[in-house]
Amino acid sequence: MGEMIKELFEYRSLLIAFTIRNIHMKYKQTVMGFLWAIFMPSIIVLSGVVVKGAMATLSGHSLDISQFASVTVKSLPWAFFVGALKFSTNSLVGNMELVKKIYFPREVFPFSYVLGQLFDLFIASLAFTVILIFTKLGISSHIIWLPVLILFLVLFTAGLGMLLACGNLFYRDVRYIVDVILTFGIFFTPVFYEASMFPQWETALLLNPIGAILESINRVVVLQKAPDVIWLVYAGFWAIICFFGSWYIFHKTEPLFAEKI
Amino acid sequence: MQPIECHNVWKKYTKGEKINSLRDLIPGLTKAFFKQKQTEDELTAKEFWALKDVTFDVRRGEVLGIIGPNGAGKSTILKLLSKIIRPNKGTFAVNGRLSALIEITAGFHPEFTGRENVYFNGSILGMSKRELDEKFDQIVDFSGVEEFIDTPVKRYSSGMYARLGFAVAAHVNPDILLVDEVLAVGDINFQAKCAQKMRELLKSGTTIALVSHNIPLVQNICSRVVLLNHGELIRTGPADDVIPFYQNIVTQKNEEELKRKFAATADRLQIQEKSPVQISEVRVFNTVNNTVNRLLTNEPLGIEVHYSTAQPIEQPIIEFDIVRSDGVLCCSANTRDSQSPVSLLEKNGTIKINAGHLYLTPGIYHLEVSIWDRDMIHPHAISKREIFRIEAHQLNLDTNAVFLPKVHWEINS
Repeated sequence: MGEMIKELFEYRSLLIAFTIRNIHMKYKQTVMGFLWAIFMPSIIVLSGVVVKGAMATLSGHSLDISQFASVTVKSLPWAFFVGALKFSTNSLVGNMELVKKIYFPREVFPFSYVLGQLFDLFIASLAFTVILIFTKLGISSHIIWLPVLILFLVLFTAGLGMLLACGNLFYRDVRYIVDVILTFGIFFTPVFYEASMFPQWETALLLNPIGAILESINRVVVLQKAPDVIWLVYAGFWAIICFFGSWYIFHKTEPLFAEKI
Repeated sequence: MQPIECHNVWKKYTKGEKINSLRDLIPGLTKAFFKQKQTEDELTAKEFWALKDVTFDVRRGEVLGIIGPNGAGKSTILKLLSKIIRPNKGTFAVNGRLSALIEITAGFHPEFTGRENVYFNGSILGMSKRELDEKFDQIVDFSGVEEFIDTPVKRYSSGMYARLGFAVAAHVNPDILLVDEVLAVGDINFQAKCAQKMRELLKSGTTIALVSHNIPLVQNICSRVVLLNHGELIRTGPADDVIPFYQNIVTQKNEEELKRKFAATADRLQIQEKSPVQISEVRVFNTVNNTVNRLLTNEPLGIEVHYSTAQPIEQPIIEFDIVRSDGVLCCSANTRDSQSPVSLLEKNGTIKINAGHLYLTPGIYHLEVSIWDRDMIHPHAISKREIFRIEAHQLNLDTNAVFLPKVHWEINS
């Protein structure tokens, strides 16, 4: 385990070079360039607003600012999660020539896409923070939990990304299964709604680690309360297990990559 | 501790399709469950050994040549040393920073400019950003694409592409360098630059392992050579010692291929089915010591033909052709042009031909004897093609010449 980390550290400049390349690649020869980083989450936010608006009208309430903020604050990490997984899953197969011909720790592939997507998240967050300032949402001291939650999110996503990258290399339909699951994932993850809206399903919804993370982020940023300890620990647990467990599996199967790709 | 050490390395590959989708996983698992448990030593039906018990080392500062026919396992060794694949059995050790020129344009991305690709490829090959900054101008100058360095590489010609790739790779300066036949790009100018660069690397003490089919090059720069064939290490030693073995293997392969080709087309020579004349046997031999089908360049060649004919044939013309393996007709003679007319052929007999010293270049040849009517319009019989081999004792007869005459030189200065 220790040597895995050491080897990756030695190749850190390659990891950074790869990440920068991935970011450039997304925006090369496009008209909108970096705006794409904002466009995608905007669509999700817009859809969320429409859904929430519909739900509000049906139940006779009106749509208030905090609900808009909720949707925004949860859509961004969700967009990150979806994007990072889609890219990571195909990261090995999509770089077949490099995997077959040159040696460097293969973790660089999924990690660089996750980090690249993190950059997108950052850009989008900046944009939406500006918007949220106008909503006069305000900040509480609990915002200090946000970096921790983002860290959990990244670890969990990276872990899952590695596992799926591995899986897709050996079985090429993993990628399509992932696509389908992610498309419907938005229904059983509390992005457009709060888990508390469905009391009997609440625990089940939060058992989804992403659900737990998203709800915690919501609590900290929008509701301005401390995160629920149980779910915080739960999310942290999943993040660490997923990350190191997947990395271990990835590393163990790595020798076969060049042959089986 | 040598820079590269390989001990008893075995590597097997699987042929055919593998399970590639989850849909095939379940039947695959079930099959595996019911099959016998296998050890590493055995091969399933679709597996084959790419490397068998290979042991060798590369010493500090030397250039080791790795030669062998296609499929011998040369690239597999390089991939093993670069840690791209792992051996099934055995161990290997690499002591020092290793860089492999196995696929020099692998990291290139078409959408990025030459400049960006140099940086990216450089970092893949292990150079730090600082190193790249320092060497950037050298690299671009070496490649000769200065003018286009800021254009996306998808607009490059394939020559520019390869030269830029090689330029980056050539400036890596590792302790150990693995080269896999990448030296064949560019015009003469560029090739000279490449050769010069190799020599510089050698002088600075880099250990190099070179895989190549270019035997003159290997002779030129390799101090030691390793010969592989079908995954086995046939011989190690100084270049002049090992290369004849390689040539032998290649010649043999040539011979077998020709034999197979002729066997396949043998039934096409049916035209003389109706002909009264049949050539039953053709032999090529050394007229001095009678060895069959193998001669040295400087030995006299004799041919013996056994024929039989149902009816007497008047005034036939007998001809023989010697054709090289690449199809060049090297030598030919017939009874009409050599003023040795044959008046009659009847029943059975033998035709003996003494061709003398032909000084043919070493290689694989085939002989064809034919018996024609008096005007050489239609053949009575054409023999089966007889394959024979010409060899030489010395090396370096890497020439396309048809024959190598004994020449007397006299120089007055």
